[in-house]
Amino acid sequence: MSNHAAALEATFEESLAGPSPGELLRRRVRAHLGLLLGAGVLVLVLLMALAAPWLAPHDPFAQDLARRLIPPVWHEAGTWSHPLGTDMLGRDYLSRAIYGSRISLLIGFAVVLISGVIGSVLGIVAGYFGGRTDLFVTYLITVRLSLPVILVALTTVALVGSSLWMVILVLGLLKWERYAVVLRSATQQVRNLDYVTAARAIGCPTWRIIAGEVLPNVSSHLIVVATLEMGSAILLEAALSFLGLGVQPPLPSWGLMISEAKGYMFFSPWLITIPGLALFSLVLAINLLGDGVRDVTAPEGRS
Amino acid sequence: MLQYALKRAVLALLVALTVSLVCFLLVNLSTDVATAMAGEGATAETIDAIRTQYGFDRPLAVQYFEWLGRATLGNFGDSLYFRTPVAALVLQRMPTTMILGASALGFALALSIPLGVIAALKPNSWIDRLTLTIAVVGQAMPSFWFALLLMYLFGVTLQLLPISGGDTWLHFILPAIALGYYAAPAIMRLTRSGMLEVLESDYIRTARAKGLRNTSVLFKHALRNAVAPVVALAAVQLGFLLGGSVVIETIFALNGLGYLAWEAISHNDFPVVQAVVLLISLVYIVLTLLADIANAWLDPRIRIG
Repeated sequence: MSNHAAALEATFEESLAGPSPGELLRRRVRAHLGLLLGAGVLVLVLLMALAAPWLAPHDPFAQDLARRLIPPVWHEAGTWSHPLGTDMLGRDYLSRAIYGSRISLLIGFAVVLISGVIGSVLGIVAGYFGGRTDLFVTYLITVRLSLPVILVALTTVALVGSSLWMVILVLGLLKWERYAVVLRSATQQVRNLDYVTAARAIGCPTWRIIAGEVLPNVSSHLIVVATLEMGSAILLEAALSFLGLGVQPPLPSWGLMISEAKGYMFFSPWLITIPGLALFSLVLAINLLGDGVRDVTAPEGRS
Repeated sequence: MLQYALKRAVLALLVALTVSLVCFLLVNLSTDVATAMAGEGATAETIDAIRTQYGFDRPLAVQYFEWLGRATLGNFGDSLYFRTPVAALVLQRMPTTMILGASALGFALALSIPLGVIAALKPNSWIDRLTLTIAVVGQAMPSFWFALLLMYLFGVTLQLLPISGGDTWLHFILPAIALGYYAAPAIMRLTRSGMLEVLESDYIRTARAKGLRNTSVLFKHALRNAVAPVVALAAVQLGFLLGGSVVIETIFALNGLGYLAWEAISHNDFPVVQAVVLLISLVYIVLTLLADIANAWLDPRIRIG
């Protein structure tokens, strides 16, 4: 057989087999602008949070009443020593904005960890076992959906005492319902597939079927929900802090920064635009990433 | 149909009872009620007197059933901060929130249904992409920040609309936009996907084959069917909007339930908090019940399956 024929046959086989699933996934990721953009911005914010002590030009807590309400550098009265100006207590706004990313990301990851575990366990158990278990979990989900999250969170935090960890705990215990809803139906679809039946037939213990067969096959749903819920948790913390019952001063939470600047917004509007834009960009990036992961992992769902 | 409705109603009642238990425990487990009632600087004797006078020394279960019994009759006790009956306070603040919720939902529907329909008629066109962008941006925008930006733009820079209080209908425009845009993305997506599905169905092809005018096919046949699930979603969203009113009413100083809840929470006025949380949850439960029944009535597949 000549080299030429071998090469032809090779290309023929390749076109028959097509690219590997992994290669297809990589191609779809590269072609998805929203996903790349979202992941890029999220990585930037992560780096910013990690490198905050080296990036921030000033101490975010240091007050200087002689240098209050300096506008950002693009205003006439702005100065490069405070690129984003200072707030009503003379604290450097850029430094506070940089440190604020730590709080938002901490809230996002910690709340997702707590609520993700609760919701996934409930959803997978309900979907796998069905029957009474399923009825009970569905009932729990309905009760949870009926309670207004913001009001319940505000009340609990106000009565127990507000702190960063309290906000994380309360939101984590409240925001599990979307994981439960999505993973319940995903598990129902997987439960009767051949590989699960096969695992059952060879006498695999239930916990191993759930951990080894079900969980890996619903994990793409879990990632999508976790991403979108992370954005929503960050927005909720900001709203609680904005209402004065979340993260407490002098911590530089973006929501709290907007709340503190409310009274000054008419003369110093940058005080609310800067933390607002930071919050908006981070949540937008996380949501784009979540939407992108969903499009890429479940191409049949795209329309 | 009746059987389905009854089954749903029983479930709703069960959920409502559980929610009432949560409202009760929320307060009684997170704080010592007698101490909170006595206020700051109260002596141990005062606190003990309050505990016995109000019966807080009895088992929680007894207290819960007593509270529930009175609550069913509309008696939530007296507000600790306003010093008036809670029920009267809540009734007085309710209309503002209802108007706000309804106009916010109206705004969301007026924005999202036309955009969703147009996006479905021309999939992948620039207007479809624009709709998707609005949806994605809308979901990432912090509502309180959006409200402040609206205030700044329309109230201060352009001086077109009032930004505080609720005296005229003009006062409700900005709060309704700030609250309603949050519900728009979900409605928009559902309208778009529903419309896409309906447009590919056989009865639309038949309608077109009969030679019906395009507008008649779209509005009489397609939209009507595509909008049915949107009605159910709208009911659910209205419930969420009432919950979100606490943020928007506080910003715009609208004297509704949300503002009342915030005042009550910041003053440890737990009888009011319990009543507002319970009321908003009940509205949500009733709305979803009605939506489910309406959906089952419109779509027999639901009540049989």
